[in-house]
Amino acid sequence: MNRYTRRTAALEFVMIAVAIVFAFPVYVLVNLAIRAPGDTSSPISPTRHPTLANFTGAWQEGGLGGALLNSVVVTVVSVLIVLVVSSLAAYPLARSTAHWSRGTFLLIMLGLILPFQLAALPLYQTIRDLGLLGSVWSLVLFYAGLQVPFTTFLYVGFLRALPRDFEEAATIDGCGPVSAFRYIVLPMLRPITVTALVLNTVSVWNDFFTPLLYLSGSDQQTMPVAVAGFVGQFVSDWNLIFAALLISIIPVLAVYLALQRSIINGFTGGLKG
Amino acid sequence: MTSDRKKRLRGRTAPPWWFTVPALSLFAFVVLVPSARGVYYAFTDWDGLDPDFAVIGLRNFTELLGDDDARQAIWHTVLIAVAVTVLQNGVGLLLALGVNSMIKTRNFLRVLLFAPAMIAQIVTAYLWRNLLGPDGAVNSLLDGIGLGSWRQDWLGDPKLALWMIVLVVVWQYAGYSMVIFVAGLQSIPKEIYEAAAIDGSGPVRRFFSIVRPLLAPAITINLMLSIIGGIKLFDQVYALTGGGPGHATDTISTLIYKDAFTLGEFGYSIALAVVLTVIVAVASAAQYTGLARNERAAS
Repeated sequence: MNRYTRRTAALEFVMIAVAIVFAFPVYVLVNLAIRAPGDTSSPISPTRHPTLANFTGAWQEGGLGGALLNSVVVTVVSVLIVLVVSSLAAYPLARSTAHWSRGTFLLIMLGLILPFQLAALPLYQTIRDLGLLGSVWSLVLFYAGLQVPFTTFLYVGFLRALPRDFEEAATIDGCGPVSAFRYIVLPMLRPITVTALVLNTVSVWNDFFTPLLYLSGSDQQTMPVAVAGFVGQFVSDWNLIFAALLISIIPVLAVYLALQRSIINGFTGGLKG
Repeated sequence: MTSDRKKRLRGRTAPPWWFTVPALSLFAFVVLVPSARGVYYAFTDWDGLDPDFAVIGLRNFTELLGDDDARQAIWHTVLIAVAVTVLQNGVGLLLALGVNSMIKTRNFLRVLLFAPAMIAQIVTAYLWRNLLGPDGAVNSLLDGIGLGSWRQDWLGDPKLALWMIVLVVVWQYAGYSMVIFVAGLQSIPKEIYEAAAIDGSGPVRRFFSIVRPLLAPAITINLMLSIIGGIKLFDQVYALTGGGPGHATDTISTLIYKDAFTLGEFGYSIALAVVLTVIVAVASAAQYTGLARNERAAS
């Protein structure tokens, strides 16, 4: 059963063919991004005179540098906040069986079902009244709240399967709840923290709807909004647009390739936890 | 330790309730309070600016149900969610079975096929907008393999555009379903599978009698993710078709955006968001009960 048979070879052939079909759009993406705008040959024939001019053009025209920085700041700060507040909240929610605890947990889980579209418009008004429209800090605040239900869900599920013995022993030895959390619970949460980190980072980094609403009309942008604005501005200049798309993809793919194992395990971590 | 002492100890060691306060306040400010206000606004004629607005009861909802655009958007949303769920998981499962084998390229293929799930939806959608355009790579490819007569304006045809959106989502997330299925497949002990093979059951029988029941948790997660993702779909529609041609691909999410931010009909727009919430809630509940039964039956 574990040998490489003729059937395995046939399967290998089929799978590689499928992978080529999947990779085809990416080939066209790269192919057109390195093509001079005047070149009108077919999009699928390899570009004969590759150029990097589109990349420098896109970088300068699109304000992608600022957008990249904003995306990094928003993602790092909001994910950090979410991980801290959610793990902290999950600790009593997983351990206490009191009514308030169950009620609070269910209330937070309600957030898994509520689509952001429902909260988006009233929140828009609040943010406008506070004068925070167009500020990246409004995004940090949103993601910090928006990602709480899912992250808490992951932490509570994981914590419930962990034994209490260590915390109890620490408490008997005179350890307060904050130190017990910091030195006993938090280190044990490491595997699920990796999962939460990966999933939150990907969804915050790639989100488009929220910054589209709250940053529109300002000069502040995140990467997805900058890309959309770029397409609106250079409507059919696809070589330039494709260069901009590639610039936005490269940091993500670099991180992905460097950490592929932990990232893929992170995505499937909820299954085991 | 007696149970009595244990209980007392537990009372002393129970982590304090105020640990939940930071998470709860953020959640309340960003999600809970605005959502509750949203439900209230759905029964008013609020335009997003004017502080004077009137409660108009169910008028937004009756208007919505009588509005062809809204009814169509609801239908498109359901259609996209169902089509994406079936195709993404079907393709994902086949890929998982292919990758979870003895082929030499299995690790490489797993990394490659999952990669699109890492990219922003808005970015993949713009890429595909060009590929599917009249002079795009898809038409060039059809010319190249002698199927030039199949050339289409894929996104400009009201009958095709919706399916192209489904195609783009499936392309991007089939690999996501795949990795979850692979994790599920790898949790199945090899011995069970080999024992069945020795007893003479074929691959199809082995799949339906052993793999499928043991795959139940992975199926649950995959269906949940794809259904809810499909119902909330916004980025792809915004970038690929903008809801067009006409309203042929408008979903509830794109209509919410248009009604609120280009037409200023906030009350009506939020009524749509309430409909969206109800659909998500019904789908989640149906799935939760249906699949919980399924998982119990399997275990």
